[in-house]
Amino acid sequence: MRRVVMALAAPIGALLLTLIISSIALWAFGSNPFSAYSDMLGHASKLETQVDIWNRATPLYLSAVAAALGFRMNLFNIGVEGQYLIAALVAAQVGGLIDLPQALHIVVIFFVAMAVGALWAGLAGMLNVTRGVNVVISTIMLNYIAVSGFMAWWVQAWQADLRDGESLSATNLGTKPIPKSGVLPDITGFVEFFTGDIRENNPVSGMLVIAILVGVLYHVLLNRTTFGFDLRSSGINPFAARAGGVQPKRMIVIAMMLSGGIAGLVGLVEVFEIEKFRPNQIQGLGFAGIGVALLGRNHPVGMAGAALLFAFLDISSGILQSTQTASREIVTIMQGIVLLAAVVAYEIVRRVREREEARATAEALAEGVAA
Amino acid sequence: MKKSIRLMLALVAALSLFAAACGSDSVTDDVVDAVDDAADSAADAVEDAADAVEDAADDAAAAGDAGLVYDIGGRGDLSFNDSAAAGLEKAAAELGYATTEASPNDDGSNRAELLQLAADSNEIVLAVGFLFAGDAAEAAAANPDVNFAVIDDGMLNFDTGEPIAPNAAGLVFAEEQGSFLVGAAAALKSETGKVGFIGGVCCFGLIEKFEAGFRQGALAVNPDIEIIAQYITDAPDFDGFNQPDQAKVIATTMYEDGADIIYHAAGGAGNGMFAAAKEFSEDNGSKVWGIGVDSDQYNTIGTVDASLQEYVLTSMLKRVDVAVFEILKDHANGDFAAGPQVYDLSVDGVGYSTTGGYVDDIADQLDGFKAEIVAGNIVVSTDPTEVGG
Repeated sequence: MRRVVMALAAPIGALLLTLIISSIALWAFGSNPFSAYSDMLGHASKLETQVDIWNRATPLYLSAVAAALGFRMNLFNIGVEGQYLIAALVAAQVGGLIDLPQALHIVVIFFVAMAVGALWAGLAGMLNVTRGVNVVISTIMLNYIAVSGFMAWWVQAWQADLRDGESLSATNLGTKPIPKSGVLPDITGFVEFFTGDIRENNPVSGMLVIAILVGVLYHVLLNRTTFGFDLRSSGINPFAARAGGVQPKRMIVIAMMLSGGIAGLVGLVEVFEIEKFRPNQIQGLGFAGIGVALLGRNHPVGMAGAALLFAFLDISSGILQSTQTASREIVTIMQGIVLLAAVVAYEIVRRVREREEARATAEALAEGVAA
Repeated sequence: MKKSIRLMLALVAALSLFAAACGSDSVTDDVVDAVDDAADSAADAVEDAADAVEDAADDAAAAGDAGLVYDIGGRGDLSFNDSAAAGLEKAAAELGYATTEASPNDDGSNRAELLQLAADSNEIVLAVGFLFAGDAAEAAAANPDVNFAVIDDGMLNFDTGEPIAPNAAGLVFAEEQGSFLVGAAAALKSETGKVGFIGGVCCFGLIEKFEAGFRQGALAVNPDIEIIAQYITDAPDFDGFNQPDQAKVIATTMYEDGADIIYHAAGGAGNGMFAAAKEFSEDNGSKVWGIGVDSDQYNTIGTVDASLQEYVLTSMLKRVDVAVFEILKDHANGDFAAGPQVYDLSVDGVGYSTTGGYVDDIADQLDGFKAEIVAGNIVVSTDPTEVGG
């Protein structure tokens, strides 16, 4: 009983703290917090909005898992941003150029995306083990090289092929469209079985299934395999792990590549939706994923909740503007508040628990001595 | 927890007992009835009044509801979005539209949702910027009763040459024509025989139109003029529109190279060019100029730094406000037309500004060029490589 209370104290405390501070922020901006919350919840109760939330949460979750995999062994892969963008671009281009039977075509796109992401992240891992370059530094640098370098160059080069015979306009910018055989089907039909009709222009991304799979695999890999044990022990105490026979260099490269491989999936959500990579591909999911991983405490279910919460807040900015209850920036503020509140709440609970443990140990010791 | 629920249940039970007791009391019955009747008639009267007010409101808002979705950043960019806002406000004031506005998240991830939200409660939805084109096409198909208008995209189906949807219009501008006029102005005013062009973002097919028109206009006045052009970033990196520091570096280099007039098509980054013009002029004692874009930048830059105003030779006006107002007027009159609606010199959809009076002496020549373009005697290119780029 006491354990349950302690486990729930942090998330519930964080939520309450968020609500209180957010209400103050809303009130300070001249909005009514209660009508803002009721607008947000009312909007989210609609099926269409829920579909939007799922579709937004899917890439956020994948990005969070990618980051969390590194975090678990104290590898701060800040490079998910560059990894997912360059992976999505190359995968979309390859997918547009080849023509294969459906299942194979989709598998090739997945393989290319994960391989490119893994290689790009592996580069940072290699730099770390061979030259001792800090992963934080190298992944940030590689972000720039990927986004402002290769991505800018390749998008230009590859869409130039499209120019022959077709006038270039905003709507046909981007890589060559992927043939139907290479597009992961949406799961709208399956979801409609439970929910009823979903609006036609609002399909549920098939990547949701992939994200759930990735979450399960992440859990199994970390908790049910030797590799996962090695990874976690390297994170907790690299010296002990090394003494236990873990090869640290090998672990770093493999963990980075796994992290990058999952990052490669993030951009596929949008690629499959619009069936190509366009210059205004959504950026920033890599950094958002770090926040989600932090809020979800690297836990597969926790991160799913965090991704849904962030997605819900992102989606709420629209309704707040259209009902004119609050400005859209409040949503970003709330995302920041919830992160801070979570960190604070967990730290408080950790300290309380530590103190209790110390007291319990002391009491047990005292009893032992008395006896 | 359980205790409080029990307490609440008890309270509810007590209250309902009390209410029942009141109702059954024969003495108070008549009183209650009388009060009821009075309340009913009062409510009727209020309802009638409300209906009347509503009717009056309907008459005033005869044009209906319009929703406008801005590009990232929303109001306050002193340029594109603000111009659209001005058109919307004019439509609200003169045509009686009830308007709502929204702008997307910073990563642009919720464009489609905002369009759908706007379509849920409006008869016409305007989207500011070509990045909305794809989502607007889908939203138009899903909401056949709502009209959509996208600024800066033709909303054409490239395979058939037909409009993408019968309820989707594209508001496009002949930026090359307006740029031709400011190019001519630059050549007429230049003393060094060298002018510059700074584009915000290269290679996505829009800013090149500005460069092409500017080149052609300058060359029409002076075939020997030297034109240097540079872009801040290449698509897909759209940061070029928001990097005044980069624009300032580029502009300073151009001024040092001997250009004395620079035209920018770089959105918010253009302020850096005007800052460079001021610094260079003050350091070297010879006046250099900048040419603004989209809005009348003599006015808009005045709200940021009035000391920069005297370096704004003129601005290429892209009348987003006119386009927004016109399409709302068409919609109100039942004349909404799908596909590209071109705003060019002939309808004053583009043009040049005269605030500050620095181009008054060459206005006759510029208006001459304008007449030639409107008459079709001069065809302005949209591709810089055709005009020496």
